[in-house]
Amino acid sequence: MITLQNVSKWYGTFQVLAECSTHVNKGEVVVICGPSGSGKSTLIKCVNGLERVQEGIIKVNGMEVTNSGADLTRLRANIGMVFQHFELYPHMTVVNNICLAQEKVLKRSRTEAMEKTMSLLERIDLTEHADKYPGQLSGGQQQRVAIARGLAMDPVAMLFDEPTSALDPEMINEVLDVMVELANDGMTMMVVTHEMGFARKVANRIVFMDEGRIVEDASTDEFFNSPRSERAQAFLAKILHH
Amino acid sequence: MFGQFDYEIIAKSIPFLWQGLQLSFLLTALAILGGIAIGTVLALMRLSSMKALSLFSATYVNLIRSVPLILVIFWFYFLVPLAIGRPVGGFYSALIAFIIFEAAYYSEIIRAGIRSVTRGQVWAGQATGLNYWQIQRYIVLPQAFRNMIPILITQAIILFQDTSLVFVVSLRDFMTASSIVAQKEGRLIEMYMFAAVVYFVICLAGSTFVKRLKKETER
Repeated sequence: MITLQNVSKWYGTFQVLAECSTHVNKGEVVVICGPSGSGKSTLIKCVNGLERVQEGIIKVNGMEVTNSGADLTRLRANIGMVFQHFELYPHMTVVNNICLAQEKVLKRSRTEAMEKTMSLLERIDLTEHADKYPGQLSGGQQQRVAIARGLAMDPVAMLFDEPTSALDPEMINEVLDVMVELANDGMTMMVVTHEMGFARKVANRIVFMDEGRIVEDASTDEFFNSPRSERAQAFLAKILHH
Repeated sequence: MFGQFDYEIIAKSIPFLWQGLQLSFLLTALAILGGIAIGTVLALMRLSSMKALSLFSATYVNLIRSVPLILVIFWFYFLVPLAIGRPVGGFYSALIAFIIFEAAYYSEIIRAGIRSVTRGQVWAGQATGLNYWQIQRYIVLPQAFRNMIPILITQAIILFQDTSLVFVVSLRDFMTASSIVAQKEGRLIEMYMFAAVVYFVICLAGSTFVKRLKKETER
């Protein structure tokens, strides 16, 4: 479904990604972790072309994202993305946040879009907040709306860029619960996160990055029980035993 | 000096002055609309990744902003008829001049407004498959304009005062109308005092409104 081959990217002379290769099969959940500044967020933004890469090939659902002629808007309509800071549109109600791309990109009628939106809001248990503005919701609620906005497009895969990093601790679980449910429903997911409990529970594979490189790409059991690289061992020791 | 202050003359000339004030308002309103429309296009061009568009917009803005408004008004009064071969009249040439002039200022305000919308908002729009124009139309510009409303109104107040320059193309705006009465009746003090009061009240109302809006948006 998603493949990356030798992807490299530079900001000026600084190399943020160095020959990264990995893949996500249909229905798989792959968690990307690693210390901050290791290039995880950049990598996931390259998957739907929000960031361009200088070298390497990225293919999603048969389409080559890295081809300069690629129809990125069509590709992006098929892949949902959730951001660290939610990025809901502050001037629109919850309903309109979820309806906008359905109507403008998928050309659904208002009735169809509303039907989809209300069923998603029911699923994430926010029906009574439908007509509120993002600023009136808690962080956890906003992030759930952002997930619904992605799902409304009936995506073939979902990308999550540190979806719980900006949340107060007590709100993390309500977001993770939605993601776990999604994973259990068979959604193809690529998730940048520090939530190792979530990774352990639902990830098929863990990709560990450091300094722009993919240092380890292993099945979840293997990664947690016998990480090969020293850097991954050190990272796990820090994140799991405090 | 105010012993012989003749209120009568003001009262008597109100209908004539009102006509002038209406022209001032009309010019201001149309120049704001035209200026914002063209200013938005210029701002988008300036922020575009296409070098030629950005260069054109930058040149336009810098050129217009380095000449006095009165000169632009003269230009269009004398040059446009030469270019199209027939006179366009004081009103249209002044209106075009104001729009062209204001567009340069508005484009800088709008550019700042667009830049105040975070990168993440654009990403969010892109990630759902919206194209460039849809992102501008539905996500960026509404937020940009909301952030800029106070400064747009401030610019409108300046523009309203600047409409008094149309006397150079013999249009009767409020200032010119006051002037005419003052000269004809020999009541300079009354008329110029009254004109000052009217401008003061209108502009004060505008700036008070801006202050309240700012407070509102800060909350």
